[in-house]
Amino acid sequence: MKPVILWSDALIYLLVISLAFFFYRLRKDPQTRERWAEVFSSRLGMVTFTVIAAYIMVALLDSLHFRRALENPEGVAVEQVFYDNKVTSVFDLLTGGMGDRFERTYSAPFALISFEKENLKDAAGEDIRDYPPLRHAGQHLQDPSQRGADILSKTVTALLWGLLLSALLIGPQWLLLRRSTYPWYASWLVQGSIICGGVWVVSLSRYYHILGTDLGGADVLYQSLKGIRTGVLLGTLATLIMLPIAVTLGVMAGYFKGWVDDVVQYLYTTLSSIPGILLIAASVLLFQVYIDLNPDFFAVGMEKADAKFIALCFILGVTSWSSLCRLIRAETLKISQLGYVQAAHAFGVSHTRILGRHVLPNVVHIILITFVLDFSALVLAEAVLSYIGVGVDPSMGSWGNMINGARSELSREPTIWWTLTGAFFFMFALVLAANLFSDLVRDAFDPRTSLQRSES
Amino acid sequence: MFAYIVRRLLYAIPILIGVNLLTFTLFFVVNSPDDMAVSQLGDKYVTPEAIENWKQKNGYDKPLFLNPDAAGLTRLTDTIFFDKSVRLFAFDFGRSESGRDITSDVATRMWPSLAVALPTFIVGIGVNICVALMVVMFHGTRLDRGAVFLFVALMSISYLFYIIGGQFLVAKTWRLVPISGFHAEGQVWKFLILPVLVGVVAGIGAGARWYRTLFLEEANQDYVRTARAKGCSELTILFRHILPNALIPILTGVVVLIPSLFMGSLLIESFFGIPGLGSYMLDAINSQDFAIVRSMVFIGSILYILGLILTDISYTWADPRVRLS
Repeated sequence: MKPVILWSDALIYLLVISLAFFFYRLRKDPQTRERWAEVFSSRLGMVTFTVIAAYIMVALLDSLHFRRALENPEGVAVEQVFYDNKVTSVFDLLTGGMGDRFERTYSAPFALISFEKENLKDAAGEDIRDYPPLRHAGQHLQDPSQRGADILSKTVTALLWGLLLSALLIGPQWLLLRRSTYPWYASWLVQGSIICGGVWVVSLSRYYHILGTDLGGADVLYQSLKGIRTGVLLGTLATLIMLPIAVTLGVMAGYFKGWVDDVVQYLYTTLSSIPGILLIAASVLLFQVYIDLNPDFFAVGMEKADAKFIALCFILGVTSWSSLCRLIRAETLKISQLGYVQAAHAFGVSHTRILGRHVLPNVVHIILITFVLDFSALVLAEAVLSYIGVGVDPSMGSWGNMINGARSELSREPTIWWTLTGAFFFMFALVLAANLFSDLVRDAFDPRTSLQRSES
Repeated sequence: MFAYIVRRLLYAIPILIGVNLLTFTLFFVVNSPDDMAVSQLGDKYVTPEAIENWKQKNGYDKPLFLNPDAAGLTRLTDTIFFDKSVRLFAFDFGRSESGRDITSDVATRMWPSLAVALPTFIVGIGVNICVALMVVMFHGTRLDRGAVFLFVALMSISYLFYIIGGQFLVAKTWRLVPISGFHAEGQVWKFLILPVLVGVVAGIGAGARWYRTLFLEEANQDYVRTARAKGCSELTILFRHILPNALIPILTGVVVLIPSLFMGSLLIESFFGIPGLGSYMLDAINSQDFAIVRSMVFIGSILYILGLILTDISYTWADPRVRLS
C-alpha cells in the first residue's frame, strides 16, 4: 500500500485544520460565542449541522487516498512491488468494495436480472434471448422468489447492528452533554439514523445493487456517494480561494480610498459585467488546452482529473470575488469613519496594524456569512457546469456528471429513474441542509437582522 | 439627467476595453494564432507557409499588443488586439471559425431567446409577488414558516431537475406539449409553454423568498402601524401601502436583468432545442469557437452595463426623492 496525496486532499485537510484553529482562537470571544449559541440553540440548527458534518466526514474519508500493492503472479519472485494504477480511498474500503462490483449495463434497484436482453444459452444449450442474471446481485439466493424475505431479514439484522453502533457512539456524548441546554437530542436522532442507514447500505450492497446500475454497469449508489467529496470540496475550496482576493482588495479599497478605491472598483465592475458562465467556460477550456499540450505532467489519470478539479475551483474562486469585495469595501468605508479607528490614527498606529486589529475583525461576520451562503450555490453550480461540459473530469464521480449522463434516461421506455433519483437525493439533502443552516447563521451574525428581532 | 446618462455611457468605455483586454488575453495568449491555424487547417496540411497564409487571410499576421516596427501611435493600433476589439465596438463581430457571419447569426437568434425569456421574466415576477404577498398576509403563523421552508427546499433543487422533471411530467407522461423544438411560424406558443413554465416554477423558491423579506421590511415601518391604527383593513395596507413602497427595492433587483433577457438562458434553450443565443453560446463553447464566445462576452457586458444605467433611471421614476447628478 502506498499513500497518494492529491492536491485537493492536501488542501481540504489544510482547510479543516485552519478552520479548527480559527474557531479555537475565537472560542474566548464572548460575542461570537453568543451568536453561535443562538445558531445551535434551535433544533433546526442542530439537525442541519449534523447533516453537513456527516457529508464533510464522508468527504474527508474519501480524501485519504492510496494505491494498492499488486500481488505478484504466482511462482515469480520479484523484489520490486508494483502498485495498482487505480487510486483507492479509505471510504472505498469502508463501503466494502461497493464500487468494484460492475454489471454489464443497466439494472433496476434490487434487481436480480439485467435490464436489457442478451443472447444466452439455456439449460439445453439452445440460443435464446432473455434477461441475463446479474453477476453481483443475489448470488447467495437459491431461488429468486426468496428475495423479499432475504432483504427483510438482512434489513432487520443491519438495523440491529446500526442501533448497537449508534448506542456506542451516542452513549458517551449523552454522558458528557446530558446537562447542556442545547437540543442535542435532535443531533443524536440524526446521527443515529445516519449510522443505521450507513450500516444498512454497506451490508445490503454486498448482495444487491441498492439503487441499481447505470449504463456502464456501475453501482449508482456508490457513484452518488462519491459525488459527496466532489461537491463538498468544490463548495469549500472555491470559496477558500476567493476569500483572500476579495478581503484584501475590499479592505484596501475601503480603507485607503482614492486611487486604490478607483482601481479596485474598476476591476470588480469589469469582472462582474462579463457573463459569469462564459468566463468560467472560457477559462476551463483554456486550461483543458494547456493540459492536452502537456500530457506528461501527471503520473496517474486520477492526478490529471485532480489537477482539472483544482483548476476549476481556482477559476470559480477568481471569477466570483466581486460581490464579496463590494460588501467588504462598503463595510470598511463605514468602519474607517468610526471613532476608534480615528483614535488609532491619532496615536500613530501603522496602517497594517489598524487593518489587522481594528478593521479585519469587524468584517469577519460578512466573510462567514458569504462562506456558508456560497457553499450551496457552488454545489448547484457544479451540476450546471458539468452539463455544459466544463465541469469536473468525467472520471471523477460527481452529481453533475451523473445527471449529464442520465438526462435522456427518463424518456426511455420503460423509464430508468434510479440514476437521477440517486443524484437528486444526495444533492438535495446537502444543499437543503446548507441553505437552512446558512439562513440561521445569517440571522445570528447579520447585525441588521438581529437588530430587527430585538426590536420586535 | 441627460448629462448623467452621457457620463455613465462614457464610463462604460474603459470597462468594455477592460473586458476586451481580459477575454483577448485569455484566448490569444494561451491559444496563440499559430495554434488556431493548426487546429483550423487540420494536421495534414500544416506547413509553415500554410500557417502564414491562414494568418494573413484571417488577419492574425500582426503582433498581439505592441507593434515595435511601427512608429508613433500606430505601435498600438497596428496590432491584432486593436483590430479585433475596435471592430467589436462597431458591432462588427466578424466571422465565426466555421465561416458564418456572427452579426447576422446574433440578430436572428435574438428573437427566439427573447420569446422564451420575456414571458418567463414577466410571469415569474407576477407569480412571485403574488405568492410572497399571500405569505406576508399570514406572517408569524405556522403557514408562514412552512412556506419559507418550502421556498428554501425549492431553491435547493438543481435547475437541471426542474427541466428534466418538467419534460418528463408535462411532455412525456401527460403528452400536453412537444418535448422540445421550435417553429417560427404557426403554433409557436406550443413550444414556448413548457420552457416558460419550467423557468417560472424554478424561480419561485428564490424569488418569492426575496420578495417576502422586502415586504416584511416595509411591514415593520411606522406608516404601516399608523395605517393600522387608523383602522385600514389588512388588504388595503398590503396593496395600497406596502406594495408601492416595496417597488423600489424590487426595481433595483429586477431592472438590471431586463437587457440580459436578450442573451436567453443557456440551459432552457439547450434542453428545449430553442435556436436562441443561449444555445448559440453553448454550441460555441462545445466546439471551442472562440470568435463567437468573445463576441458574446462583449454583448453580455454591454447589456449588463445598460442594465445598471436603466436601474438608476428607473429609481428616479419610482422614487421622486432620488435625483441623479
